[in-house]
Amino acid sequence: MIDLLIHLVLIILIPPLLPGVINRTKAAFAGRTGAPLLQPYYDLYRLLRKGTVFSRTTTWVFRAGPIVTLAATLAAALFIPLGNHAPPLSFNGDMILFVYLLALGRFFTTVAALDTGSSFEGMGAAREVTFSCLAEPVVLITLLVLSRLSGSLSLAGILTHSSTTLWLASGASLILLVAGLFMVLLAENCRIPFDDPTTHLELTMIHEVLVLDHSGPAFGMITYGAALKLSILSALFLHVALPLRNADPYLDWLVFVISMILLAVAIGVVESCMARLRMTRVPQMLLAACVMAAFAMILVVR
Amino acid sequence: MSSFADQLLVLVLLINILILGTHRARVAIRAIALQGVVLGMMPLLIHPVQGHILLITLFVVLAKGVCIPWLLFGALSKIEFSEDLPPFLGYAGNVIAGAVATVMAFAFAARLPLAPHHQELLTVPAALATILAGFIALASRRKAINQVIGYLMLENGIFIFGLLLTEAMPLMVEAGALLDLIAGIFVMGIIINQIGREFSSIDTSRMTALREEE
Amino acid sequence: MVLFTLLVLIPVAGALIAWLIPSNVKRPWVMPVTACLHLALVVAIVVAPPLQSRNEWIDLDAIGKLFLLEVSALFAACAFYSVSYLHYRRERNNRVLCMGMQVCLAAMSLAAGVHHMGLLWLAIETTTLSMAPLVYFNRNARSIEATWKYMLICSVGIALALLGIFFLAYSTVVAGLPPSLLLEPLQGYAPRLPAGWLHAAFVFLLVGYGTKMGLAPLHTWKPDAYGEAPGLVGAMLAGGLANCGFIGLIRIYQICMASGNAPFCRAALLGIGLLSLFTAAAFLVHQTDFKRMLAYSSVEHMGLFAVALGLGGKALYGAMLHLIGNGLAKGVLFLAAGNIHRAFASKSRDSARGALRRAPWSGALFLAGFLAMTGSPPFLIFSSEYSFFVAAFTQGHPLVGGLLAVLLMVAFLGMAMTVLPVVFGEPPKNRERTKYHDTALLVGPPLALLTILGVVGVWLPQPLYRLVNAAAALLEVAR
Repeated sequence: MIDLLIHLVLIILIPPLLPGVINRTKAAFAGRTGAPLLQPYYDLYRLLRKGTVFSRTTTWVFRAGPIVTLAATLAAALFIPLGNHAPPLSFNGDMILFVYLLALGRFFTTVAALDTGSSFEGMGAAREVTFSCLAEPVVLITLLVLSRLSGSLSLAGILTHSSTTLWLASGASLILLVAGLFMVLLAENCRIPFDDPTTHLELTMIHEVLVLDHSGPAFGMITYGAALKLSILSALFLHVALPLRNADPYLDWLVFVISMILLAVAIGVVESCMARLRMTRVPQMLLAACVMAAFAMILVVR
Repeated sequence: MSSFADQLLVLVLLINILILGTHRARVAIRAIALQGVVLGMMPLLIHPVQGHILLITLFVVLAKGVCIPWLLFGALSKIEFSEDLPPFLGYAGNVIAGAVATVMAFAFAARLPLAPHHQELLTVPAALATILAGFIALASRRKAINQVIGYLMLENGIFIFGLLLTEAMPLMVEAGALLDLIAGIFVMGIIINQIGREFSSIDTSRMTALREEE
Repeated sequence: MVLFTLLVLIPVAGALIAWLIPSNVKRPWVMPVTACLHLALVVAIVVAPPLQSRNEWIDLDAIGKLFLLEVSALFAACAFYSVSYLHYRRERNNRVLCMGMQVCLAAMSLAAGVHHMGLLWLAIETTTLSMAPLVYFNRNARSIEATWKYMLICSVGIALALLGIFFLAYSTVVAGLPPSLLLEPLQGYAPRLPAGWLHAAFVFLLVGYGTKMGLAPLHTWKPDAYGEAPGLVGAMLAGGLANCGFIGLIRIYQICMASGNAPFCRAALLGIGLLSLFTAAAFLVHQTDFKRMLAYSSVEHMGLFAVALGLGGKALYGAMLHLIGNGLAKGVLFLAAGNIHRAFASKSRDSARGALRRAPWSGALFLAGFLAMTGSPPFLIFSSEYSFFVAAFTQGHPLVGGLLAVLLMVAFLGMAMTVLPVVFGEPPKNRERTKYHDTALLVGPPLALLTILGVVGVWLPQPLYRLVNAAAALLEVAR
């Protein structure tokens, strides 16, 4: 019961912290002080208090977009084990549901963007869908490989299986998965080098352009949903990359939170060190991630 | 063979894909050098350390990690222009072809009648996959320098297969083969320079003067 | 053993001396000296009784001796020719050419004597490398293209041959035998080797050394390289290197024959051989460039080698004779063709015509070389091709024999359509005369080769006859 409560509290509270840490890291690299760590929380609070403007050309799809997306992402969050603890919901085959919940969220984001009828948002939707075509297989293949390694079919069993002994036994395929997942983590959450979350040049951005027309609480939901997705994928990534286990459940929660923050720092470092890729190179990078995941699968299946 | 050697072979496979996917000759040269060094270290991991093995390692690392990259960079530096000549099939096409070739190599190697103690190893599939990747690079790249890198990949693939047979290949022959490889790359480097000077491009698909006249 | 080491070391020393000599005019004289020493040594080795203490790695058997004789004679001819040729082309620095020729000779001598598959591969690879800069002797766009193709295709081919050798060694591992790459132990193991790996090894070695020989469809580099290289380099490529690839093929053939996988190998050899003959015949008709024509003729004769190995039996005797015949006849043709090329500053039959008037000796040699190459009596190739026909019809391959007859006929006619205008035609009026004229050193060497071909064709000396028979018997082993 306590675990369930902690899970819910963490899943609700942690997400906005991660962009804060990333921005702080980037600021430190650039020699600036940067915004306070809790700035994303203030932003959300501000957005929720604002009024909303809806264009007259939009339909209910546009209004439903942010809500459905956030709901789907939140539902997906319930299947992911955090740290070494069982998730609130779990059944055999829930990994398929997990992937589809994320896809449902993306579907509504893009449909809402298309609903505005703006050519910019249409372009953004096209890019988003194209790139996710390459990013989603990586997540699916990763889950398949882990499922094969662990012999389990539920996310809880798959993700809590990996351990240091597994790393010694099939390290090569796990390294491949980690590399592929990290690339997808960056691409799915519109981080550099795939997308630049700070840019507002319509020609180069992917994710920001999708949500240009949203405002107020709707935009807050989108921002929050994006942060939530980042934390879900980060948790997934951490299970594969850093399988730290100890006996004490409370220590486990602490380790989980610390490793999330460390991952956010790592993302910040990557963002500070790399330049944004040319748009034509993005599919190639994602293809590379696919190839790595596929290799991992070959290594495990043979 | 230790499983660590197997993990290194995965790195070798990844380098194949990197070389197939990159559009920069310099990246490709560094990658092929890294691949050579990784492969050079392999005999040390597989066999108990002895003088013979140490010497081979030293030769291979020096040849593939230092000498050949130096020659290739030399060949590249004298060509001032750099042009982006996408390969036939495109970069993404190359990567996909490489991945498919790797899958095929694994599938094929699983059916080969290998010696029982080699059955579980990655060596044979990795060798086949690297050879195929080398062929893809050779066939699809248009720049002379990338074709040479494809040839080196092919050689590396054959070298991986040779890891199973270190006892059968005497040191003299191994060293001689490396020497020949260096000499070959040296000659190819010179030719690349001359091609660059003669055609103002190292696009080999422009070389069509020699053919049967109708 | 000591003599054999000297055989390899003399050309290497010659190459070093050539490297040290600064004068472009004096340097070419190193080659005839090397050639004479080498030839004398080869004759001494061949005539001397076989050594009692045999080395597993290096053992000059009858096949090796035949090949050595051929290569040494061909190199001697090229060496004397080169003095005059390089004098004629003084403006070009010939250091690389002098070194490359001699390194190549050293590597070919090594290839003749080694019985270790890895070392043999090394020697063959070295011949490929040492000739690459020589193809680029003319320093123009066409020759760079030819060199690039030669270098890349041959390197890839030879790399595949290495893979084949690895497969061969691996087959011993799979069979649970001590891994070895020595010819005699492998022949001993052969019946116990797993057929799959042995087939794979044979196919890869056939592709690898086949590329080196220029068997169709792996011959694509050949017309370009032969067409753009100077005549004497072409002679070494066609008469030396191609035969060297054949030696490599012979060694794996010996192992396969001992293994009981003969039908597979023979079928593969017959197939690729007939394909080469067909390709060559198709491209020989209407060939306007007479140097490229010679390249296709080489493809044709390499195809004949493969067919001969595929037929087996009496054809093997012919194949061994052909080893000498092809090498020397190619020497005559390429050296004469080089002269005609210089005389007209063109290698097209449209502008280079009437060689008999312009350079009578070279023209006559070219014609005689053509007759020798296509198997007209009294030259040696007549006997070898005759034995192929006998083998085909008496050993139950009438279809192969019939195809052989048709394809050789087409090749003969095709070559005649190019050679006859070049030799007998009316010299073009509008072309200005080059300063070329026949000299003793330019026509003497090919004439000497032609004389050998003629004499040996009519009367095969007893020791040589025994040597050829012994070589053929080596190929028939364990049948």
